[in-house]
Order: sequence, then C-alpha cells, then structure tokens
Amino acid sequence: MKSIITVIGKDKTGIIAAVSNILADANVNILDISQTILQEFFTMIMLVDLSKSSKAFNELKEILEQKGTELDLSIRIQHEDIFNSMHNI
Amino acid sequence: MINQNKIMETIKMIEKEKLDIRTITMGISLRDCCSFDGAKSRQKIYDKITRYAENLVKVGNEIEAEYGIPIINKRISVTPIALIAESCDDKDYVEFAKTLDRAASTVGVNFIGGYSALVHKGYSKGDRILISSIPEALSVTEKVCSSINIATSKNGINMDAVKEMGQIIKKTAELTKEQDGLGCAKFVVFANAVEDNPFMAGAFHGIGEAECIINVGVSGPGTVKSALETVKGENFNVVAETIKKTAFKITKMGQLVATEASRRLNVPFGIIDLSLAPTPAIGDSVAHILEEMGIESCGAHGTTAALALLNDAVKKGGVMAASQVGGLSGAFIPVSEDAGMIDAVLNGSLNLEKLEAMTCVCSVGLDMIAIPGDTSAETISAIIADEAAIGVINNKTTAIRLIPVPGKGVGEMVEFGGLLGRAPIMPVSKFSSADFVNRGGQIPAPIHSFKN
Repeated sequence: MKSIITVIGKDKTGIIAAVSNILADANVNILDISQTILQEFFTMIMLVDLSKSSKAFNELKEILEQKGTELDLSIRIQHEDIFNSMHNI
Repeated sequence: MINQNKIMETIKMIEKEKLDIRTITMGISLRDCCSFDGAKSRQKIYDKITRYAENLVKVGNEIEAEYGIPIINKRISVTPIALIAESCDDKDYVEFAKTLDRAASTVGVNFIGGYSALVHKGYSKGDRILISSIPEALSVTEKVCSSINIATSKNGINMDAVKEMGQIIKKTAELTKEQDGLGCAKFVVFANAVEDNPFMAGAFHGIGEAECIINVGVSGPGTVKSALETVKGENFNVVAETIKKTAFKITKMGQLVATEASRRLNVPFGIIDLSLAPTPAIGDSVAHILEEMGIESCGAHGTTAALALLNDAVKKGGVMAASQVGGLSGAFIPVSEDAGMIDAVLNGSLNLEKLEAMTCVCSVGLDMIAIPGDTSAETISAIIADEAAIGVINNKTTAIRLIPVPGKGVGEMVEFGGLLGRAPIMPVSKFSSADFVNRGGQIPAPIHSFKN
C-alpha cells in the first residue's frame, strides 16, 4: 500500500532526518519527496511504500504523530487513494 | 506523485473546513425475523443485527485511521419494525425497541433506525400497535430512532395518521420532559420517505432493499462555504459552478469510503447520500453558506432562492462522483444543529414560516425545531399536514421533527447536547387548526401522480 505523509509546521533543523529515520526503522521505502517553505511554514510531502513495512499502519501513524508533537509539527500519514479519488474523475 | 496543491487542498478541507463522512449506515433486513412468539422474534432480531454489524464500527475506525478522514457516525437501519412485529401476538412493541437498543449497544453504533411504520394509505394491526408505543419506546431507550410515513405523492396524505402524530409527539415530549422533550428529537414524520436514507432519525431499511447494504452519507457545509469565499461578488453562474465542483470532490471521497467499507465488510454498497448536513460546530453551517452568497442573515428575503441553488448544485456535482445516489440528497436545515440557523432565529431573521418556504426547495423539512410546550396536538398535526402537502405536491421528501418543549415558552433556549445541538423556542400560530385536523380521512393523491 502507498501512502502520503505530510509534515506541516514551523521550519527547523532535522525535520526530514527525524521523519526518514522513523521510516527507515520501519522498513518503509520513500518513493518521492518534496518540500517547500511558504511564509515560514515548512511543508513536506512524501510518497511512501508500506508493502514491506515492519510496523502495522496504526503503529506507524502513532509514532509519526508522536514525533510531530515532539517537534511541534503536524505529521499525517494517509492512504494515497484519498487524494487520488478526490481530485480525479 | 500527486499534485502538491491538491494534497494540501484535501488536508485543508478535512482539517480546517471540517469535511467528514457523516455516517456509514448498515441497512439490515429483518424480514426473516418474524415469529408468532414475540420473544423469539426479538431474539432473532438481536442475533441478526449483532452478527451482521459485528465489525461495522471496527471497519469504520480502520478506514478513518488509514485515510485520515473523520467518519463521525456508524449506524444501523432495519426493516420497519411494525412489519416484523405484527406476526406476534404482543399488544405492545416497547420490548422490540429495547431489543434494538441492546443490539445497538452491543455493536457500538450510536443510533439504530427503523422503529417505524408506513401508514400513508392506512393502518394495519402492527402499525397501530407500534405507533401507540412510540412515546414509551423513545423514553426508555437511548439509541432507537423512530419514523412514520404518513403521505406519498402516489397516495395522498393520511389525515387520520397526521392527527395521531400530533398526539404522539406531545406524549413523547411529556414522557421525556426531564430532558426537555429529547424523545421527539428521535422521531420523524415523513411524506415520501425514502427506503435507503442513511441519516437519522429517519433511517429505515426499506422493504424493497437487499438483505444487507452499506449506505454512506457525506457532509461538508464548511468546505462549500470556504469555496464560496474565493468567489466573492461573482455572479450566480460562478457560484453554482463552484458549489458543483466542491460537491464533486466531497462525494468522490464518500464514494471511496463507501466502496472500501463495502469491500472490507463484504456487504454490497447501496447508495451515497449527497447531503450537506450541518453540525452545531462553528464552520459547519448551511446557513452560513446562504449568508456567504450575500444574505445578511439566514431567513432574509432571497434565502429560499439561495437554498434552491445550493441544493441543486450539490446534487449536480455529487451525482457524477457517485456510482449510485439515493437517500435524501440535498441540503439539510435542522435548526438546532446549525450554528447559523440558531443565530438567525435569535436575531429574528428566521421564523417558522420562512423555514416552511425553505423546505420547498431543500432536501428535507421542518427539522429539529423547538416550539412552546403548550402547543396543542392539533397545531402540531396541522404543521405536519402543511409539510406533507409540500412533499406530496412537489414529489419530494419532507420530514417533520418538532420538539414541543415541556414547560418552556417562546424565546427560551433548550440544550440537547452533542450533534443535536441547542435551539431557541420558536413561536407557532396562535390560531386554531383543530377543526381542520379533526376531520380525519385521506387527502387524495394529486392529479399529477397518475402518470401510468
């Protein structure tokens, strides 16, 4: 299953490292990554492949959310289909 | 990868604009649960509901977590109980309501609909018993919702039933007076009731429906309002297009959730209900959409036209996004559940008469309206008759959910809490309709119903 991870919040050092470490630990492959800074707000979007993940979806979601709280960012993971379905005919 | 802006748009819709799936409702047929013995019938009902809906809440929560879209309610609708219970010799169906309540608690849903009867052309034995037990059933259960269909465009209006509904509403309010008549919030009187409505309190699993189905109700007034904020001052062609596009996106998401729920539960998908259902939360109001179109306060002149455009554009956008559309589909205007409606009543711009006009062009009817506790049963019946006439003549569903709040009068507030919200008590006409209501009989079907 492919999912989209979005990270939104105030820019600071080590955000990408923090998130990708969690993903590496869970054996989740990053397929694509993009980031922008809009009015001091850091926005990162990652497309990841969970098919070989060692962690269950909810567990990974919790770890990411916890890291988000720690870094004062919002980190979400959502099945890619929600974005595909909403915007495509 | 998917376009970044689109990803951010989806997240904004969910986070800021309160876009959600309002309900996943499992419709379950109870037609094989009849028995000459009431206790046996109830056991069959309990067993069947708890077996079919065992994983409903779990699957709903899984989808919510994986897709990151809130699914507010998981619910169940069943075959109208009057049809099931009348095979037994019981003289009272309150025990059936208790059984539904217990089954709902066991599987963890927050409402179960179908304590219902269809009497648009007349009563059968079971209908009579069920209707007379509604006040008690709603006062001793928590999750059971009841609905009665009293009119259809094909058959006209059963005025005997209309008369009785006024009395039932009064009695239900009286039996739940400690909670400001809360029982009435779980009771809907319908004209042209639909068989696949996923929304409460009016959901039941129609007799033409399959064994078990998944119906999904989407929502998202906040998203529509927010989209309209980007086209301030533009003409109505632009407004309609904007609403259509937003409704399309909302509904696509509903379709995704419905397909996924249906697959995981191994239950066929029924319909998507394309409704804009408000909640009392700020930013989740249908009234605010109308105000965004340029109405100073909901209820001012122009409101009906604005609502007509909204209702139509939502359907047009949604129809293409869903494989099967049904239910009530349109904009809901429940007063107590909509922050903008509540404010409009409080500041005097919205009254019962304007709401009645609005129900001609939206998807339901006079919904969640608190009226003085001393309103007579005949007046309530007359309000029901007016709404039913609007539904019957216009070939649309109209629903009436009125709460005559015991011991309270015009201007006082009543708090129901949660999704049911809070409502200012609204005045009704001081003039009597008693002689009209007491005639009874049937108002015949309109001439345009004879289409064969």
